Amino acid sequence: MARWKPWAVAALTMFLVAAAPASPRYAEVRPGVALAFPADHGAHPDFRTEWWYVTGWLETGDGPPVGFQVTFFRSKTGSDPANPSAFAPRQVLFAHAAVSDARTGRLVHDQRIAREGFGLGTASRTDLDIVLDDWTMKRQADGRIRTKVQGSDFVLDLVLDSSQPVLLQGKGGYSRKGPAPSQASYYYSLPQLKVSGRIQRGRKAQAVTGQAWMDREWSSTLLDPSAVGWDWLGVNLADGSALMAFQIRDASGRPLWAGGTLRPANRPATSLGPDAVRFSTVRTWRSPRTRVTYPVERQLTVRLPGGERRWRVRPLFDDQELDSRAAGGPIYWEGAVTVEGGRGYLELTGYASPLKL
Amino acid sequence: MPAEALPTGVLRWMILGEWRAHPARVALGALAIAVGVALGFAVHLINTSALSEFSRAIAAVNGDADLQVRAVSARGFDEQLYPRVARLAGVAAVSPVVELTADLGGGPGDRLTLIGLDVLRAAAATPSLVGRGPAEVRFDEGSLFLSDAALRAGGHRVGDTVEVAAGGRPQPFRIVGDLPAAPDGQRIGVIDIAAAQWRFDRVGRLNRLDLKLAEGADPGAVRAAVSALLPPDAEIASPDSEVRQTDNLSRAYRVNLDMLALVALLTGAFLIYSAQSLSVARRRPQFALLQVLGADRRTILIQVLLESVAVGLLGAGLGLAIGLGLAQAALSLFGGDLGGGFFGNVRRPALTFSPGAAAVFGGLGLASALLGGLAPARQAVGAPPAVALKNLGDAVDPRRTPPLVPALGLLVAGALCALLPPVGGLPLFGYVSIALILGGGIAGVPWLARALLSPAQRLAPGAPSLRLALNRLWGAPSQAAVALCGIVASTSLMIAMAVMVTSFRSSVDDWLLQVFPADIYLTYRGDGDGFDEPVRRAMTAAPGVAGIAFLRTTSLRLSAERPPPALVARPDPGGSLPLVGGRASGPPPGLTPVWLSEPAARIYGHRPGDRLLLPLVDPATDKATTAFVMGVWRDYARQQGSIVLEQADYVRLTGDRLVNEAAVDLDPGAAPGAVVARLRAALPERLAGRTLITESRALRALSLRIFDRSFAITYLLEAIAILVGLAGVTATMSAQTLARIKEFGMLRHVGVLRRQIAAMLAAEGALLGAVGGVAGIGLGLAMSQVLIHVVNPQSFHWTMETHLPLSLFAGVAGALIGVSAIAALMTGRRAISQAAVDAVREDW
Repeated sequence: MARWKPWAVAALTMFLVAAAPASPRYAEVRPGVALAFPADHGAHPDFRTEWWYVTGWLETGDGPPVGFQVTFFRSKTGSDPANPSAFAPRQVLFAHAAVSDARTGRLVHDQRIAREGFGLGTASRTDLDIVLDDWTMKRQADGRIRTKVQGSDFVLDLVLDSSQPVLLQGKGGYSRKGPAPSQASYYYSLPQLKVSGRIQRGRKAQAVTGQAWMDREWSSTLLDPSAVGWDWLGVNLADGSALMAFQIRDASGRPLWAGGTLRPANRPATSLGPDAVRFSTVRTWRSPRTRVTYPVERQLTVRLPGGERRWRVRPLFDDQELDSRAAGGPIYWEGAVTVEGGRGYLELTGYASPLKL
Repeated sequence: MPAEALPTGVLRWMILGEWRAHPARVALGALAIAVGVALGFAVHLINTSALSEFSRAIAAVNGDADLQVRAVSARGFDEQLYPRVARLAGVAAVSPVVELTADLGGGPGDRLTLIGLDVLRAAAATPSLVGRGPAEVRFDEGSLFLSDAALRAGGHRVGDTVEVAAGGRPQPFRIVGDLPAAPDGQRIGVIDIAAAQWRFDRVGRLNRLDLKLAEGADPGAVRAAVSALLPPDAEIASPDSEVRQTDNLSRAYRVNLDMLALVALLTGAFLIYSAQSLSVARRRPQFALLQVLGADRRTILIQVLLESVAVGLLGAGLGLAIGLGLAQAALSLFGGDLGGGFFGNVRRPALTFSPGAAAVFGGLGLASALLGGLAPARQAVGAPPAVALKNLGDAVDPRRTPPLVPALGLLVAGALCALLPPVGGLPLFGYVSIALILGGGIAGVPWLARALLSPAQRLAPGAPSLRLALNRLWGAPSQAAVALCGIVASTSLMIAMAVMVTSFRSSVDDWLLQVFPADIYLTYRGDGDGFDEPVRRAMTAAPGVAGIAFLRTTSLRLSAERPPPALVARPDPGGSLPLVGGRASGPPPGLTPVWLSEPAARIYGHRPGDRLLLPLVDPATDKATTAFVMGVWRDYARQQGSIVLEQADYVRLTGDRLVNEAAVDLDPGAAPGAVVARLRAALPERLAGRTLITESRALRALSLRIFDRSFAITYLLEAIAILVGLAGVTATMSAQTLARIKEFGMLRHVGVLRRQIAAMLAAEGALLGAVGGVAGIGLGLAMSQVLIHVVNPQSFHWTMETHLPLSLFAGVAGALIGVSAIAALMTGRRAISQAAVDAVREDW
């Protein structure tokens, strides 16, 4: 679903051009449009926002597993299309990466941002091929995805190999985001990605393996006006199943919308409607820095045609909070989590203050 | 009495006693030292303060980049350089910048440095240039962030819509925020880079790349890697090279003022020499007595030197205090360049005190005092005590002709030094030459006195008083030299400066007539706009206008270390410029003809006929333009140099069709005032407020006023030097006269009348003054030629013709003769009022 990654929100607000000569025109998300690959792995610059969102777990060989997250965003701005300058900020690219290491006890992260142009910031329309300064994500000729990001405290150089077919979310990739049919996005995932590569933290570089989950989503519509935040969970289960669930909350904390997908290994996926997904809180954690309380331990209840299933969601460690206020972003929680028989990522937003669009 | 017991008590008593007896002489020496120290120190403080303010201004516009690539001309360089530099190893961030000089709002003088940047890049490379305001309008083409100073200057507020003109295009912008990191007083505006390129017709061009280096990157290696990528129209500049350029620009001006400080210091040294020589001569029996009593020669030597040191310390301390006050006052009155105009639009700087400089200038003051006291101290211990105990007068035998060889040797050495080239862009040997000529001149004063007086003595005038005066001066020329050395030093240096300034002013006056031959001049006093085609047509069509020549003045960076010379495009440069020296025929085919100003030719070492690579990319060849130097012309306006080319060549090379100056010839009989009004009416409103329209007569007057203003401090200091020198002569004359009381008593005994003695003293004074005047003016003339032909071309890079301020010579000579005569007469009257018998007895 709506991985309305907080960064995307921040980026969007930043690049809205309030006084644009004409109200910017964005492409609309409509049901019944078949996704076509590899073109849909690439960018859709006519839509307002889009992301390539990878989360996963890495085995380092000499210590406990670590979580990681690599995300590229694209935003179309309202800049005047008549501007002939190569610097015209038509598209802005943004990338964010984080490493969750229980031994560090908190997240290490970094980001890049640039306006498209000069080959320093590009996102191909024909296949996944993104360059943002020294950060890249590219689908190679053999179909594997290679991504390389280097922050000030870490370097990730990973190859993602899809062992399963594309998982189309919602109705064939058309995914509802809220009560109004216009609140929707094109959304597919690549679950159960096999990861190999290298991680460097400080001066120490080591080879890693692991699993990851990639979300691809593009849209032009915003959240429902009464939404204040969302919870999202994506899990690779050990038996090869893939589970995704989300809820969008209003100011009272009740779900405004919810959804999800469960795809058992080698069987067709089941799409979950708003009333089939329920998150409840088992344990909260209060950030000593920001004094924000997050429901970090959850009970996820999913109603399937064959009956209810429950998963207990536990964080790898509590302090996976991200404070991006210095870069103009919000405070949120995003971290590696385990469920019975699986590993995944949980995102909790809108707990510090409502996310405004 | 044991020698060790002597120093403290007796010596202190001797010094204090001497000072109590002759406070004026001590005070004068100290004062002259103080003037020299104060001047040098103040000039240094002012310049340091102004430079640090200027470097703050540069840093403000540049943000806090580690390294910068800059365009050599306002046209910029190709933007494709940006991604290539961004991909270099060791470069953490690159912020591409379009930098424009712009005019804000409608009023004159609201200049603004307009910076077009990508906020996403600037945030990493130059965070101080990132504006504060709502995030959602940052990329808007119409958003403008203004520094506090820019907001205040135009009385604007956040939310206002203002017109910003750059490159001849006025454009509306909305002020959406401010620049909190811009230092006080800096007028800066920031817009989006895409907006800057689009709205001001700069698509595809950049003026700057601001680089942030990666942590641990080797700056030298990055520099080298960047240089390897640069096209001819871009160069590497580190923020401090711009400060250095300005330092270079004002250095020559400062050298001029330092020269004056030197004058004061030397005058002080000579005054101390006079005072100490006299006091030593008078106390010779005391010193001899001390020696007889057991004091060794070293003790005496140290004693006399200590007296000079005390005077020097007094003068240096006083000088530092005065210098501090002077610098403070000058900074608040004139700004950092003392009216010289080198620091652009930088606000009045705050005083920066530097203890190191205080030590240097205080030390110089002390050193000159020591120098002045050295010869008298040696004199004090030179004579055998037995002779010294009895002898009081001039120790030199009057029958011996004063030596000429040492003086001549110094003069010849001085002349040779004048032929040497500058050192590090400074005319150091020129100053050495002046010092040697001065030393030689003063050493030659006894000889000169005798040479001048001999014919008069042979004529043997009838009046006994005049004959007595002549005989005395002829017989004791070294005493004349002692009395005169201070005044000869200050007069000659002052005459040298005066001749130089007069020559300079006359040359500027002539030059103004040559460069402003038209009747009316229009100058657009902004940087972002000018007279476009329709405006030019309207101006040409104004009734009363016989013809108009349009000029475009911008600048072109030829070297990162030097201030960029002006680039002037005008019609028919060969026919309209005041050329000096030879001219080349040509140009050879394919080369662009240029005319260099004298400073440009000297700074960059070119002569007519030379080829010169201009960092302007020729669209025909896509390479840097090769220019051909057609001639060198005189330009006093731009010390950084100027390069003139044909208008058509300029437009071809730069694509810049704007024009910001115009020279108007009037129809015969047209009233200038009416034409000025019509020209003003022909200008659109946005230009009219910023366009200066002047009749050439007023322009010439204004130029000379500016000239006089920038030399005002020179005139003032010259006057002070001369006054101190005259006071020195007075004090020395009085002392020498008082020392001769016994002689006057003798004269009275042999029947000479008081009136006659008074006349004799007046004549002596006048003769002494005349000798000093001749020596001072002659030496000054010699030194002025060094200033005009060596110091000025070497430090300012321009030449001038000598013009003599004859009335000043007459005035100085008259004042010298008059003051010396009066001083001698006044002290003489006191000396001869005593009873003749007492006077004879005065000596024991």
